[in-house]
Amino acid sequence: MAKHHVNLKVNGDEHDLLIEPRKTLLAVLRDTVGLTGTKEGCSTGDCGACTVIVDGKAVTSCMVLAVTASGKEITTIEGLASDGELHPVQQAFINTGGYQCGFCTPGFIMASKALIDENPDRSEEEFRHALGGNICRCTGYTKILEAVLKAAEEVSATA
Amino acid sequence: MKNFEFYEPTTLAEASRLFAQEHAQLLAGGTDIIIGMKALTEAPQSVISLQKIPGLAGITAEADGSISVGAMAKVREVELSPDIQQHHTALAEGAAEIGSIQIRNLATIGGNIAHASPAADTVAGLLVADAQVDIAGEDGERTVPINELFTGPGQTVLAPGEIITRFRLPSPTSGSHYIKHKIREVMDLAFIGVAAAVNLENGVITNARIGLAAVAPTPIRATEAENLLAGNELTPELLAQVGEAAAAAATPISDLRCSAEHRTEMVDVLTRRTLQTAVDRA
Repeated sequence: MAKHHVNLKVNGDEHDLLIEPRKTLLAVLRDTVGLTGTKEGCSTGDCGACTVIVDGKAVTSCMVLAVTASGKEITTIEGLASDGELHPVQQAFINTGGYQCGFCTPGFIMASKALIDENPDRSEEEFRHALGGNICRCTGYTKILEAVLKAAEEVSATA
Repeated sequence: MKNFEFYEPTTLAEASRLFAQEHAQLLAGGTDIIIGMKALTEAPQSVISLQKIPGLAGITAEADGSISVGAMAKVREVELSPDIQQHHTALAEGAAEIGSIQIRNLATIGGNIAHASPAADTVAGLLVADAQVDIAGEDGERTVPINELFTGPGQTVLAPGEIITRFRLPSPTSGSHYIKHKIREVMDLAFIGVAAAVNLENGVITNARIGLAAVAPTPIRATEAENLLAGNELTPELLAQVGEAAAAAATPISDLRCSAEHRTEMVDVLTRRTLQTAVDRA
Protein backbone atom coordinates (compact mmCIF):
# COMPACT_ATOMS: atom_id res chain seq x y z
CA MET A 1 0.00 0.00 0.00
CA ALA A 2 1.57 3.20 -1.17
CA LYS A 3 2.24 6.08 1.17
CA HIS A 4 1.38 9.54 -0.05
CA HIS A 5 3.20 12.84 0.02
CA VAL A 6 1.10 15.36 1.91
CA ASN A 7 1.69 19.04 2.49
CA LEU A 8 -0.14 20.06 5.65
CA LYS A 9 -0.35 23.77 6.47
CA VAL A 10 -0.95 23.77 10.19
CA ASN A 11 -1.20 27.09 12.02
CA GLY A 12 0.81 28.71 9.23
CA ASP A 13 3.63 26.15 9.26
CA GLU A 14 4.08 23.77 6.34
CA HIS A 15 4.78 20.10 6.97
CA ASP A 16 5.87 17.83 4.12
CA LEU A 17 4.97 14.35 5.23
CA LEU A 18 4.87 10.84 3.82
CA ILE A 19 1.84 9.11 5.30
CA GLU A 20 -0.41 6.10 4.94
CA PRO A 21 -3.75 7.07 3.40
CA ARG A 22 -5.63 5.46 6.28
CA LYS A 23 -4.29 8.00 8.79
CA THR A 24 -6.88 10.51 9.92
CA LEU A 25 -6.07 14.18 10.14
CA LEU A 26 -6.48 13.85 13.91
CA ALA A 27 -3.87 11.07 14.10
CA VAL A 28 -1.38 12.95 11.93
CA LEU A 29 -1.79 16.20 13.86
CA ARG A 30 -1.18 14.45 17.16
CA ASP A 31 1.31 11.70 16.32
CA THR A 32 3.26 13.07 13.36
CA VAL A 33 3.09 16.86 13.64
CA GLY A 34 3.21 16.58 17.42
CA LEU A 35 0.34 18.93 18.23
CA THR A 36 -1.54 17.13 20.97
CA GLY A 37 -3.93 19.97 21.83
CA THR A 38 -6.54 18.43 19.55
CA LYS A 39 -8.15 15.57 21.47
CA GLU A 40 -9.46 12.18 20.48
CA GLY A 41 -12.74 11.45 22.24
CA CYS A 42 -15.16 9.08 20.54
CA SER A 43 -13.38 8.86 17.18
CA THR A 44 -16.76 8.53 15.47
CA GLY A 45 -17.70 12.19 15.02
CA ASP A 46 -20.13 12.27 17.93
CA CYS A 47 -18.25 14.23 20.59
CA GLY A 48 -16.50 17.13 18.82
CA ALA A 49 -13.31 16.91 20.93
CA CYS A 50 -11.21 16.66 17.75
CA THR A 51 -12.69 19.80 16.12
CA VAL A 52 -10.19 21.79 14.05
CA ILE A 53 -10.75 24.49 11.45
CA VAL A 54 -10.01 23.59 7.81
CA ASP A 55 -10.26 26.40 5.27
CA GLY A 56 -12.42 28.37 7.69
CA LYS A 57 -14.85 25.54 8.51
CA ALA A 58 -15.02 23.61 11.77
CA VAL A 59 -14.72 19.89 11.12
CA THR A 60 -14.27 16.75 13.20
CA SER A 61 -10.69 15.79 12.34
CA CYS A 62 -11.32 12.14 13.23
CA MET A 63 -13.50 11.92 10.10
CA VAL A 64 -10.98 13.40 7.68
CA LEU A 65 -8.27 11.40 5.94
CA ALA A 66 -5.08 13.45 6.23
CA VAL A 67 -4.30 12.84 2.55
CA THR A 68 -7.40 14.86 1.64
CA ALA A 69 -6.27 17.82 3.77
CA SER A 70 -3.13 18.38 1.72
CA GLY A 71 -2.74 22.03 0.75
CA LYS A 72 -5.60 23.23 2.95
CA GLU A 73 -5.25 25.77 5.77
CA ILE A 74 -5.60 23.96 9.09
CA THR A 75 -5.94 25.73 12.41
CA THR A 76 -5.70 23.86 15.69
CA ILE A 77 -6.04 25.09 19.26
CA GLU A 78 -2.27 25.74 19.26
CA GLY A 79 -2.72 28.27 16.45
CA LEU A 80 -5.28 30.54 18.09
CA ALA A 81 -3.07 32.72 20.27
CA SER A 82 -1.04 35.34 18.47
CA ASP A 83 1.98 37.29 19.77
CA GLY A 84 1.57 35.73 23.18
CA GLU A 85 -2.00 36.92 23.47
CA LEU A 86 -4.85 34.46 23.80
CA HIS A 87 -7.74 34.52 21.37
CA PRO A 88 -10.89 36.15 22.86
CA VAL A 89 -12.62 32.77 22.96
CA GLN A 90 -9.72 31.21 24.89
CA GLN A 91 -9.63 34.16 27.31
CA ALA A 92 -13.39 33.98 27.85
CA PHE A 93 -13.18 30.25 28.73
CA ILE A 94 -10.54 31.10 31.36
CA ASN A 95 -12.38 34.10 32.74
CA THR A 96 -15.67 32.27 33.19
CA GLY A 97 -14.25 28.89 34.18
CA GLY A 98 -15.67 27.31 31.04
CA TYR A 99 -13.91 24.00 31.62
CA GLN A 100 -13.61 21.28 34.23
CA CYS A 101 -11.32 18.40 33.25
CA GLY A 102 -10.46 20.31 30.06
CA PHE A 103 -10.56 17.40 27.63
CA CYS A 104 -13.45 18.77 25.55
CA THR A 105 -12.18 22.36 25.79
CA PRO A 106 -10.04 22.56 22.62
CA GLY A 107 -12.95 21.18 20.57
CA PHE A 108 -15.44 23.55 22.16
CA ILE A 109 -13.10 26.51 21.61
CA MET A 110 -12.44 25.67 17.95
CA ALA A 111 -16.15 25.08 17.23
CA SER A 112 -17.05 28.33 19.02
CA LYS A 113 -14.35 30.30 17.20
CA ALA A 114 -15.66 29.14 13.80
CA LEU A 115 -19.21 30.07 14.79
CA ILE A 116 -18.18 33.49 16.06
CA ASP A 117 -16.06 34.15 12.96
CA GLU A 118 -19.09 33.32 10.82
CA ASN A 119 -21.54 35.38 12.84
CA PRO A 120 -21.04 36.54 16.45
CA ASP A 121 -24.58 37.93 16.70
CA ARG A 122 -26.42 34.74 17.57
CA SER A 123 -28.88 34.20 20.38
CA GLU A 124 -28.05 31.95 23.32
CA GLU A 125 -30.45 29.39 21.87
CA GLU A 126 -28.69 29.51 18.50
CA PHE A 127 -25.24 29.03 20.05
CA ARG A 128 -26.58 26.19 22.19
CA HIS A 129 -27.99 24.45 19.11
CA ALA A 130 -24.92 25.13 16.94
CA LEU A 131 -22.63 23.61 19.61
CA GLY A 132 -24.71 20.44 19.78
CA GLY A 133 -21.87 18.48 18.17
CA ASN A 134 -19.61 19.03 21.19
CA ILE A 135 -20.02 16.97 24.33
CA CYS A 136 -18.66 17.81 27.79
CA ARG A 137 -18.27 14.63 29.85
CA CYS A 138 -18.12 16.74 33.03
CA THR A 139 -21.44 18.36 31.99
CA GLY A 140 -20.07 21.87 32.52
CA TYR A 141 -22.27 23.33 29.84
CA THR A 142 -23.54 26.36 31.73
CA LYS A 143 -20.09 27.92 32.09
CA ILE A 144 -19.09 26.88 28.58
CA LEU A 145 -22.10 28.63 27.11
CA GLU A 146 -21.42 31.67 29.28
CA ALA A 147 -17.87 31.81 27.92
CA VAL A 148 -19.01 31.52 24.32
CA LEU A 149 -21.61 34.26 24.74
CA LYS A 150 -19.05 36.55 26.42
CA ALA A 151 -16.53 35.97 23.63
CA ALA A 152 -19.17 36.56 20.96
CA GLU A 153 -20.22 39.78 22.64
CA GLU A 154 -16.62 40.97 22.78
CA VAL A 155 -15.89 40.09 19.14
CA SER A 156 -19.15 41.71 18.06
CA ALA A 157 -18.31 44.91 19.97
CA THR A 158 -14.83 45.22 18.45
CA ALA A 159 -15.90 44.28 14.91
CA MET B 1 -8.65 0.88 9.93
CA LYS B 2 -7.21 -1.47 7.30
CA ASN B 3 -4.85 0.10 4.83
CA PHE B 4 -5.92 0.74 1.24
CA GLU B 5 -4.72 2.22 -2.02
CA PHE B 6 -5.84 5.81 -2.30
CA TYR B 7 -6.75 7.48 -5.58
CA GLU B 8 -7.63 11.07 -6.34
CA PRO B 9 -8.79 11.03 -9.97
CA THR B 10 -9.44 14.36 -11.66
CA THR B 11 -12.01 13.10 -14.17
CA LEU B 12 -15.28 11.23 -13.75
CA ALA B 13 -14.22 8.70 -16.38
CA GLU B 14 -11.13 7.77 -14.38
CA ALA B 15 -13.12 7.66 -11.13
CA SER B 16 -15.71 5.39 -12.76
CA ARG B 17 -13.06 3.04 -14.10
CA LEU B 18 -11.41 2.73 -10.67
CA PHE B 19 -14.75 2.39 -8.85
CA ALA B 20 -15.86 -0.41 -11.17
CA GLN B 21 -13.08 -2.62 -9.83
CA GLU B 22 -13.73 -5.04 -6.99
CA HIS B 23 -13.45 -3.92 -3.36
CA ALA B 24 -13.43 -0.24 -4.31
CA GLN B 25 -15.24 2.47 -2.35
CA LEU B 26 -15.88 6.12 -3.08
CA LEU B 27 -14.87 8.88 -0.71
CA ALA B 28 -17.10 11.96 -0.88
CA GLY B 29 -17.27 13.71 2.50
CA GLY B 30 -16.06 10.63 4.36
CA THR B 31 -18.44 10.84 7.31
CA ASP B 32 -19.97 7.40 6.66
CA ILE B 33 -17.12 5.50 5.03
CA ILE B 34 -14.41 6.52 7.51
CA ILE B 35 -16.57 5.44 10.45
CA GLY B 36 -17.28 2.16 8.63
CA MET B 37 -13.60 1.57 7.95
CA LYS B 38 -12.70 2.25 11.59
CA ALA B 39 -15.35 -0.24 12.72
CA LEU B 40 -14.05 -2.71 10.07
CA THR B 41 -17.57 -3.04 8.67
CA GLU B 42 -15.94 -1.58 5.55
CA ALA B 43 -12.52 -2.75 4.41
CA PRO B 44 -12.08 -1.56 0.82
CA GLN B 45 -8.85 -2.33 -1.02
CA SER B 46 -9.06 0.97 -2.84
CA VAL B 47 -10.62 4.27 -1.87
CA ILE B 48 -11.39 6.72 -4.65
CA SER B 49 -11.79 10.33 -3.63
CA LEU B 50 -14.20 12.48 -5.65
CA GLN B 51 -12.80 15.65 -4.12
CA LYS B 52 -10.43 16.54 -6.99
CA ILE B 53 -12.98 16.15 -9.79
CA PRO B 54 -14.10 19.58 -11.02
CA GLY B 55 -17.79 20.37 -11.52
CA LEU B 56 -19.28 18.09 -8.88
CA ALA B 57 -19.77 20.74 -6.19
CA GLY B 58 -21.92 23.83 -6.00
CA ILE B 59 -25.60 24.74 -6.08
CA THR B 60 -26.85 26.60 -9.15
CA ALA B 61 -30.23 28.20 -9.86
CA GLU B 62 -30.91 27.75 -13.57
CA ALA B 63 -32.78 30.21 -15.81
CA ASP B 64 -35.77 27.85 -16.15
CA GLY B 65 -36.42 27.88 -12.39
CA SER B 66 -34.79 24.53 -11.74
CA ILE B 67 -32.01 24.15 -9.23
CA SER B 68 -28.96 21.99 -9.74
CA VAL B 69 -27.27 20.58 -6.64
CA GLY B 70 -23.85 19.03 -7.18
CA ALA B 71 -23.41 15.64 -5.53
CA MET B 72 -20.30 16.97 -3.77
CA ALA B 73 -22.15 20.00 -2.36
CA LYS B 74 -21.69 19.96 1.39
CA VAL B 75 -24.79 19.29 3.44
CA ARG B 76 -24.09 22.58 5.24
CA GLU B 77 -24.23 24.41 1.87
CA VAL B 78 -27.57 22.79 1.07
CA GLU B 79 -28.86 23.85 4.48
CA LEU B 80 -27.78 27.48 4.01
CA SER B 81 -28.49 27.93 0.28
CA PRO B 82 -31.01 30.80 -0.11
CA ASP B 83 -32.40 29.18 -3.30
CA ILE B 84 -33.04 25.87 -1.57
CA GLN B 85 -34.36 27.53 1.60
CA GLN B 86 -36.87 29.48 -0.50
CA HIS B 87 -37.99 26.97 -3.13
CA HIS B 88 -37.31 23.61 -1.47
CA THR B 89 -37.58 24.42 2.23
CA ALA B 90 -38.06 20.77 3.21
CA LEU B 91 -34.67 19.88 1.72
CA ALA B 92 -32.89 22.72 3.55
CA GLU B 93 -34.60 21.67 6.78
CA GLY B 94 -33.60 18.04 6.24
CA ALA B 95 -29.98 19.02 5.60
CA ALA B 96 -29.97 21.03 8.85
CA GLU B 97 -31.01 17.89 10.76
CA ILE B 98 -27.88 15.90 9.93
CA GLY B 99 -25.30 15.39 12.68
CA SER B 100 -23.54 18.54 13.85
CA ILE B 101 -22.19 21.58 12.00
CA GLN B 102 -18.74 19.94 12.02
CA ILE B 103 -20.21 16.90 10.26
CA ARG B 104 -22.34 18.96 7.87
CA ASN B 105 -19.19 20.86 6.83
CA LEU B 106 -17.74 17.51 5.68
CA ALA B 107 -20.72 15.42 4.57
CA THR B 108 -22.03 15.73 1.02
CA ILE B 109 -25.60 15.40 -0.23
CA GLY B 110 -24.40 12.81 -2.76
CA GLY B 111 -22.95 10.71 0.02
CA ASN B 112 -26.10 11.02 2.14
CA ILE B 113 -28.12 9.64 -0.79
CA ALA B 114 -25.67 7.08 -2.22
CA HIS B 115 -25.31 5.53 1.25
CA ALA B 116 -29.01 4.67 0.76
CA SER B 117 -30.02 4.68 4.39
CA PRO B 118 -33.85 4.66 4.55
CA ALA B 119 -33.46 7.23 7.35
CA ALA B 120 -31.29 9.75 5.46
CA ASP B 121 -32.37 13.28 6.36
CA THR B 122 -32.06 14.80 2.88
CA VAL B 123 -34.03 12.08 1.14
CA ALA B 124 -37.61 13.09 2.04
CA GLY B 125 -36.89 16.64 0.85
CA LEU B 126 -35.47 15.34 -2.44
CA LEU B 127 -38.51 13.08 -2.87
CA VAL B 128 -40.97 15.94 -2.51
CA ALA B 129 -38.83 18.11 -4.81
CA ASP B 130 -39.21 15.30 -7.39
CA ALA B 131 -35.43 15.37 -7.80
CA GLN B 132 -33.81 13.86 -10.86
CA VAL B 133 -30.53 12.12 -10.15
CA ASP B 134 -27.77 12.43 -12.74
CA ILE B 135 -25.46 9.44 -12.80
CA ALA B 136 -22.18 8.94 -14.65
CA GLY B 137 -20.70 5.56 -15.44
CA GLU B 138 -18.21 3.87 -17.72
CA ASP B 139 -20.86 3.64 -20.44
CA GLY B 140 -21.99 7.25 -20.25
CA GLU B 141 -24.58 9.21 -18.32
CA ARG B 142 -28.19 8.57 -17.34
CA THR B 143 -30.84 10.15 -15.15
CA VAL B 144 -32.99 8.34 -12.60
CA PRO B 145 -35.90 9.89 -10.63
CA ILE B 146 -35.06 9.87 -6.92
CA ASN B 147 -38.06 7.63 -6.14
CA GLU B 148 -36.60 4.95 -8.42
CA LEU B 149 -33.04 5.14 -7.09
CA PHE B 150 -33.37 2.91 -4.02
CA THR B 151 -33.90 -0.85 -4.05
CA GLY B 152 -33.42 -1.71 -0.37
CA PRO B 153 -31.57 -0.64 2.77
CA GLY B 154 -28.12 0.43 1.56
CA GLN B 155 -29.03 -0.65 -1.99
CA THR B 156 -29.54 1.42 -5.13
CA VAL B 157 -29.89 0.90 -8.88
CA LEU B 158 -26.32 2.17 -9.31
CA ALA B 159 -24.26 -0.30 -11.35
CA PRO B 160 -20.58 -0.97 -10.60
CA GLY B 161 -18.62 2.15 -11.45
CA GLU B 162 -21.64 4.44 -11.52
CA ILE B 163 -21.37 7.69 -9.60
CA ILE B 164 -24.08 10.22 -8.67
CA THR B 165 -23.00 13.57 -10.08
CA ARG B 166 -25.93 15.92 -9.52
CA PHE B 167 -29.48 16.33 -8.27
CA ARG B 168 -31.77 18.45 -10.43
CA LEU B 169 -34.82 19.93 -8.75
CA PRO B 170 -37.04 20.62 -11.76
CA SER B 171 -39.52 23.22 -10.52
CA PRO B 172 -39.99 25.29 -7.36
CA THR B 173 -42.56 24.22 -4.79
CA SER B 174 -44.52 27.06 -3.19
CA GLY B 175 -44.53 25.52 0.28
CA SER B 176 -42.75 22.57 1.86
CA HIS B 177 -41.71 21.29 5.25
CA TYR B 178 -39.71 18.43 6.80
CA ILE B 179 -40.19 16.98 10.27
CA LYS B 180 -37.70 14.59 11.80
CA HIS B 181 -39.08 12.51 14.63
CA LYS B 182 -36.18 12.16 17.05
CA ILE B 183 -35.13 12.36 20.70
CA ARG B 184 -32.04 14.59 20.68
CA GLU B 185 -32.11 18.11 19.31
CA VAL B 186 -28.98 17.35 17.23
CA MET B 187 -26.74 14.33 16.53
CA ASP B 188 -29.62 11.90 16.31
CA LEU B 189 -30.97 9.53 13.68
CA ALA B 190 -34.56 9.84 12.54
CA PHE B 191 -37.16 7.50 14.05
CA ILE B 192 -39.04 8.62 10.99
CA GLY B 193 -38.79 11.59 8.62
CA VAL B 194 -41.76 13.14 6.84
CA ALA B 195 -41.74 15.84 4.17
CA ALA B 196 -44.59 17.48 2.31
CA ALA B 197 -44.51 19.92 -0.61
CA VAL B 198 -47.43 21.64 -2.29
CA ASN B 199 -48.27 24.12 -4.98
CA LEU B 200 -51.42 26.18 -4.42
CA GLU B 201 -53.66 28.15 -6.76
CA ASN B 202 -56.32 30.33 -5.09
CA GLY B 203 -56.24 28.12 -2.02
CA VAL B 204 -56.62 24.94 -4.06
CA ILE B 205 -53.81 22.39 -4.03
CA THR B 206 -52.69 21.85 -7.62
CA ASN B 207 -50.17 19.21 -6.75
CA ALA B 208 -48.79 17.69 -3.57
CA ARG B 209 -45.99 15.33 -2.72
CA ILE B 210 -45.37 13.44 0.50
CA GLY B 211 -42.03 11.77 1.21
CA LEU B 212 -41.47 9.28 4.01
CA ALA B 213 -38.15 8.15 5.46
CA ALA B 214 -37.35 5.28 7.84
CA VAL B 215 -40.79 3.67 7.52
CA ALA B 216 -40.02 1.14 4.77
CA PRO B 217 -36.97 -0.69 3.33
CA THR B 218 -36.45 2.37 1.11
CA PRO B 219 -37.57 5.97 1.34
CA ILE B 220 -40.99 6.21 -0.31
CA ARG B 221 -43.56 8.61 -1.71
CA ALA B 222 -47.09 8.28 -0.25
CA THR B 223 -48.77 8.52 -3.64
CA GLU B 224 -52.29 7.50 -2.57
CA ALA B 225 -52.24 10.20 0.08
CA GLU B 226 -50.93 12.69 -2.52
CA ASN B 227 -53.74 11.83 -4.93
CA LEU B 228 -56.36 12.71 -2.32
CA LEU B 229 -55.02 16.26 -2.22
CA ALA B 230 -54.80 17.34 -5.87
CA GLY B 231 -57.61 19.70 -6.85
CA ASN B 232 -58.84 20.21 -3.28
CA GLU B 233 -58.63 22.73 -0.48
CA LEU B 234 -57.05 21.46 2.70
CA THR B 235 -59.88 20.87 5.18
CA PRO B 236 -59.52 19.14 8.56
CA GLU B 237 -61.46 16.16 7.17
CA LEU B 238 -59.17 15.86 4.15
CA LEU B 239 -56.11 16.25 6.37
CA ALA B 240 -57.29 13.32 8.49
CA GLN B 241 -57.84 11.15 5.40
CA VAL B 242 -54.41 12.02 4.02
CA GLY B 243 -52.72 11.20 7.33
CA GLU B 244 -54.37 7.78 7.37
CA ALA B 245 -53.49 7.12 3.73
CA ALA B 246 -49.84 8.02 4.37
CA ALA B 247 -49.74 5.72 7.41
CA ALA B 248 -51.20 2.93 5.25
CA ALA B 249 -48.28 3.37 2.83
CA ALA B 250 -45.74 2.78 5.60
CA THR B 251 -44.35 -0.71 6.25
CA PRO B 252 -41.99 -0.01 9.13
CA ILE B 253 -39.96 -2.39 11.27
CA SER B 254 -39.57 -2.44 15.03
CA ASP B 255 -36.01 -1.89 16.16
CA LEU B 256 -34.13 -0.61 19.18
CA ARG B 257 -35.13 2.95 18.28
CA CYS B 258 -38.90 2.44 18.33
CA SER B 259 -41.70 0.07 17.47
CA ALA B 260 -43.39 -0.37 14.10
CA GLU B 261 -46.72 0.62 15.67
CA HIS B 262 -45.28 3.89 16.94
CA ARG B 263 -43.73 4.64 13.55
CA THR B 264 -47.02 4.01 11.73
CA GLU B 265 -48.95 6.18 14.17
CA MET B 266 -46.40 8.98 13.85
CA VAL B 267 -46.54 8.89 10.04
CA ASP B 268 -50.22 9.82 10.37
CA VAL B 269 -49.52 12.59 12.91
CA LEU B 270 -46.46 14.07 11.20
CA THR B 271 -47.94 13.91 7.70
CA ARG B 272 -50.81 16.08 8.93
CA ARG B 273 -48.38 18.49 10.61
CA THR B 274 -45.95 18.81 7.68
CA LEU B 275 -48.74 19.17 5.19
CA GLN B 276 -50.48 21.89 7.19
CA THR B 277 -47.18 23.80 7.49
CA ALA B 278 -46.42 23.34 3.78
CA VAL B 279 -49.85 24.76 2.89
CA ASP B 280 -49.45 27.64 5.37
CA ARG B 281 -46.11 28.49 3.73
CA ALA B 282 -47.43 28.27 0.17
